[in-house]
Amino acid sequence: MSLPLTERELPNDAVAKKLVVVGNGMAGVACVEQILRHAPKFNITIFGDETHVNYNRILLSSVLAGEKSPDDIVLNGRDWYEQNNIDLKLGVRIVDVDPMAKTVTGNDGSVTTFDKLLLATGSIPIIPSIEDVMKDGVFVFRNLDDTRSLLERSRPGLKAVVIGGGLLGLEAARGLQVQGCEVTVVHLMDTLMERQLDPVGGSYLATKMNAMGITVLLGLSTTAVLGNGKVERVQFKGGGSIPADLVVVAAGIRPNIELGHKAGLEIKRGIVVNDYMETSHPDIFAVGECVQHNGVCYGLVAPLLEQGKVLAATITGNKGPTYQGTVLASKLKIMGVDVFSAGDFNEKADGGEMVRYEDPSQGIYKKLTLKNGKLAGVILVGDTSDSHRYMEWLRSETDLTSMRRQLLFPEPSADVGLDVAQMQDGETVCGCMGVTKGTIIRAIHDKGVSTLAQLKECTRASSGCGSCTALCQQLLKAVAPEFEEETKRVICKCIPFAEDNLREILRSQQLKSVQEVLEIYGNGVGCEVCKPALSYMLDMLWCGDHEEDRSARFINDRVHANIQKDGTFSVIPRMRGGVTSSAELRRIADVADKYQVPMVKVTGSQRIDLLGIKKADLPKVWADLGMPSGQAYTKGVRMVKTCVGTEFCRFGVQDSTTAGIELERRFENLFTPHKLKMGVVGCPRNCAEATVKDIGLVGQEGSWQVVVGGAAGKKVRKADLLVTVETTEQALEAAGVFFQYYRENANYLERTYDFVERLGIEKVRKDTVYATAGVKRDLLDRLRKSKDHSYDAWLERETLNHPTQFLQIKPMEEAEVLI
Amino acid sequence: MNQATIEETVWIAIARSQDLPLREGRVVVLGDQEIAVFNLGDRVLAVSNHCPHRNGPLADGIVSGATIVCPLHAWKFNLETGQGANALSTEHCIETFPSRLSDGIVFLEAPRQSTTKNEMPAMSG
Ligand code: SRM
Ligand SMILES: Cc1cc2nc3c(=O)[nH]c(=O)nc-3n(C[C@H](O)[C@H](O)[C@H](O)COP(=O)(O)OP(=O)(O)OC[C@H]3O[C@@H](n4cnc5c(N)ncnc54)[C@H](O)[C@@H]3O)c2cc1C
Ligand code: SF4
Ligand code: FES
Repeated sequence: MSLPLTERELPNDAVAKKLVVVGNGMAGVACVEQILRHAPKFNITIFGDETHVNYNRILLSSVLAGEKSPDDIVLNGRDWYEQNNIDLKLGVRIVDVDPMAKTVTGNDGSVTTFDKLLLATGSIPIIPSIEDVMKDGVFVFRNLDDTRSLLERSRPGLKAVVIGGGLLGLEAARGLQVQGCEVTVVHLMDTLMERQLDPVGGSYLATKMNAMGITVLLGLSTTAVLGNGKVERVQFKGGGSIPADLVVVAAGIRPNIELGHKAGLEIKRGIVVNDYMETSHPDIFAVGECVQHNGVCYGLVAPLLEQGKVLAATITGNKGPTYQGTVLASKLKIMGVDVFSAGDFNEKADGGEMVRYEDPSQGIYKKLTLKNGKLAGVILVGDTSDSHRYMEWLRSETDLTSMRRQLLFPEPSADVGLDVAQMQDGETVCGCMGVTKGTIIRAIHDKGVSTLAQLKECTRASSGCGSCTALCQQLLKAVAPEFEEETKRVICKCIPFAEDNLREILRSQQLKSVQEVLEIYGNGVGCEVCKPALSYMLDMLWCGDHEEDRSARFINDRVHANIQKDGTFSVIPRMRGGVTSSAELRRIADVADKYQVPMVKVTGSQRIDLLGIKKADLPKVWADLGMPSGQAYTKGVRMVKTCVGTEFCRFGVQDSTTAGIELERRFENLFTPHKLKMGVVGCPRNCAEATVKDIGLVGQEGSWQVVVGGAAGKKVRKADLLVTVETTEQALEAAGVFFQYYRENANYLERTYDFVERLGIEKVRKDTVYATAGVKRDLLDRLRKSKDHSYDAWLERETLNHPTQFLQIKPMEEAEVLI
Repeated sequence: MNQATIEETVWIAIARSQDLPLREGRVVVLGDQEIAVFNLGDRVLAVSNHCPHRNGPLADGIVSGATIVCPLHAWKFNLETGQGANALSTEHCIETFPSRLSDGIVFLEAPRQSTTKNEMPAMSG
């Protein structure tokens, strides 16, 4: 966030004091952002021992799960540091502080003086005393480098053991599972996330983790990591052990107080600070996970941001605001496993009461604890939709006496969806970044914010774990005058329904012809936009078992060739995986001679194009070629580009050619919302550009990455990782599930690069490869049915769709008629 | 009527209506004219096959109601009047040819060709 220059200018009379910040993490940099808003100005130097600019540590879980790339989670880019004249020293670890001389010493030998020092050194992972824990293959999960190492190491089929069943451990487990590992979580306690959940909630959670395919072992103390050189097994107290190729230790964190000690500050568990965020030294301050306030050390972002605001006032000499502690709320960031916990859920405390709701079949568990008529704590598992309401009750200490009957089931609000209107101004919308409704409203009114991106930029709302995005959007919609809701796309005015609705109408009304649809739901006439769209929809919905109306199709789809600027056509036969033979090439050459083809060209999709063919010659050309249609003219399956893979390439680790040909066979002849291109490569060198294809398979040692939503066309987009699997068959199946999902859910003329981006890869995954077995089976069944109805369009050379399909009309005879 | 204003034309049977699929176009060549003929069910309409934009083959376009959209760059024309019918083509116009459907036979009225047999002066009604 850059501020207007005037606010940043130095007061003329003052020589700027020197502020040194140790720790380039979330709390330190957020505090500096606040400091920049105050006068007087400092000369700021930030030391960070990581080599990255400030990034959103919360989202490391999403990076591990392949949902985000490291670039996606940057919070302050280099330009931010530059614009604010901050001297950023990356990769330098401060090893000493001299509070008398007011200097810090780096591990590069540098000595830097300061007027004020800010310690924001965060936490360090707790490594329990486990024998041989430093073995190769044992990781922690705290920073980007850890995450990268984990990503490099993990692959399908590996046995991963996560030690620790808290928030971090579970998120790590899920990430590794997405990378294809077989994951076991080993937890010392008898219940998961015991700091956030009671035993009942913990058991609901364990059930969900198990259902996802993650094994949970409770009440087990890990004593040793076994293996010759690298980890092979993990051993427990009592002697039992399980195999492990990779171990993640997520046993908690403790404040990183080393420099506090060196500076001689008062320290308990963390560096002790008062309500003004002052330490025991007048010129040394601390913020973030390394501090202890009022006996509490925090491990979540929201409190750190609140601390930062207070500290910014104090450190700039505007002392006044105080920090009063934060009501903690935690949310598990695993898709499909909704867990929320806040406040004190322990009902045994004096005067405590409890209200509970359970539905084991739905996996829903809710528990509220009350004290003196007010909410004290809440646990939600399986349905966290009311978390905002409870947070507000906690924050504002609302007296709930009159609402006792609606604690778990609020009265439905008159205007469903508009519960944002009922939210209080002080109510927190973004829990991660601690942004309230009031802040958002002010940003909208005062700063003219009207898009989510601007809102993020301006307030940081929804830039944390992202779970409040919908709420932010509702607020924008309700308040921002220019907010344009992403309206559901209506095809055109001939038939004014959103495509989702239309699909549902056609399905439920059993409509099977374009003209019928237009007559009943449209203007009876249609146009060149809606007719091809409806044609596609009917073909997809009825899996090819519908009334095909060629007049509703573009010319390319009536004659199965691509119309050229002079009215002739191009012919591109299918050449699966880009593999051909001398016999095929000879036939192509013969056809080129026989029909005097003006140009024969190798296409950008690894096949051969015969350009300039007359419409009437098309059936003959196809017959002479004796090859199937390459569908190069239609919104349908184009091709699979492949590389030579293990067959010939010295680097190949997967048989990409065979896999690619099989992929092409499975999907060819099918229509798609827009053209669909695929690629299969034998190793990550990516010679056939699979990562910029709608669907790509990238061979790895012992596994395949299935990637989707890529393109290097009008838009260049790197495909997102859908899933990593072990066998070729699994990869083809995952591709099939995605393929059919795209066919059924994309808008007409929406390429996968827009579709995947619109939905988000998380949703796509959840609805495809991580959907229930039944959902996947149904998708594949419908794909199979469509495939059974499909055929090579060039066979219409024999079974014409219409007798004059390729012909000009010859006048019958000239007749005389009286008018 | 003044003889000089009466163009000499002739009705030519060009096809059985089933040779023209519903709402699709087909090309017929009469003399040096390439004509696009469209079967709209209850009637048949005919226009020049040449799009004034860049000569796109109108017979290969998509028919909606009584309009045709050129397959190359989507200029749209009214098949009855020949007038341009969307923003791209408003200023333009294509030639239309009278046509009729009788007993399942499609007739086009075309200028009399010198080679034509059974010459007969057209009458204006
Ligand atoms: C023949 C070919 C060029 C060549 O000589 O290599 C070609 C030719 C045309 N491309 Fe292409 N594209 C060809 C490969 C590509 C590729 C390369 C690839 O497939 O790896 C791309 C980029 C990859 C992609 O699509 O993601 C490509 C991106 C496009 C686009 C942009 C699509 C997008 O959404 O970004 C269009 C326009 C469109 O589809 O709306 C397009 C449209 C066209 C059309 C069909 C334009 C049209 O509507 O008439 C061109 C037809 C020419 C003709 O008269 O036959 N062509 N086109 C290639 C045929 C491949 C094949 O064997 O089927
Ligand atoms: C995987 C993961 C998921 C999480 N999920 C959530 C969540 O969903 N919600 C939530 O609220 N919180 C979450 N957290 C916690 C949150 O990320 C932390 O609370 C927050 O990052 C702490 O900020 P900080 O600045 O105090 O520490 P950090 O962000 O750790 O920053 C400290 C920085 O200082 C550096 N440093 C330390 N010592 C020195 C030195 N001597 N010299 C130079 N540099 C030094 C460190 O390398 C680090 O870069 C998660 C954390 C992780 C790891
Ligand atoms: S992608 Fe890998 S295996 Fe395939 S050709 Fe290139 S280097 Fe060889
Ligand atoms: S040639 Fe007909 S629109 Fe361009």
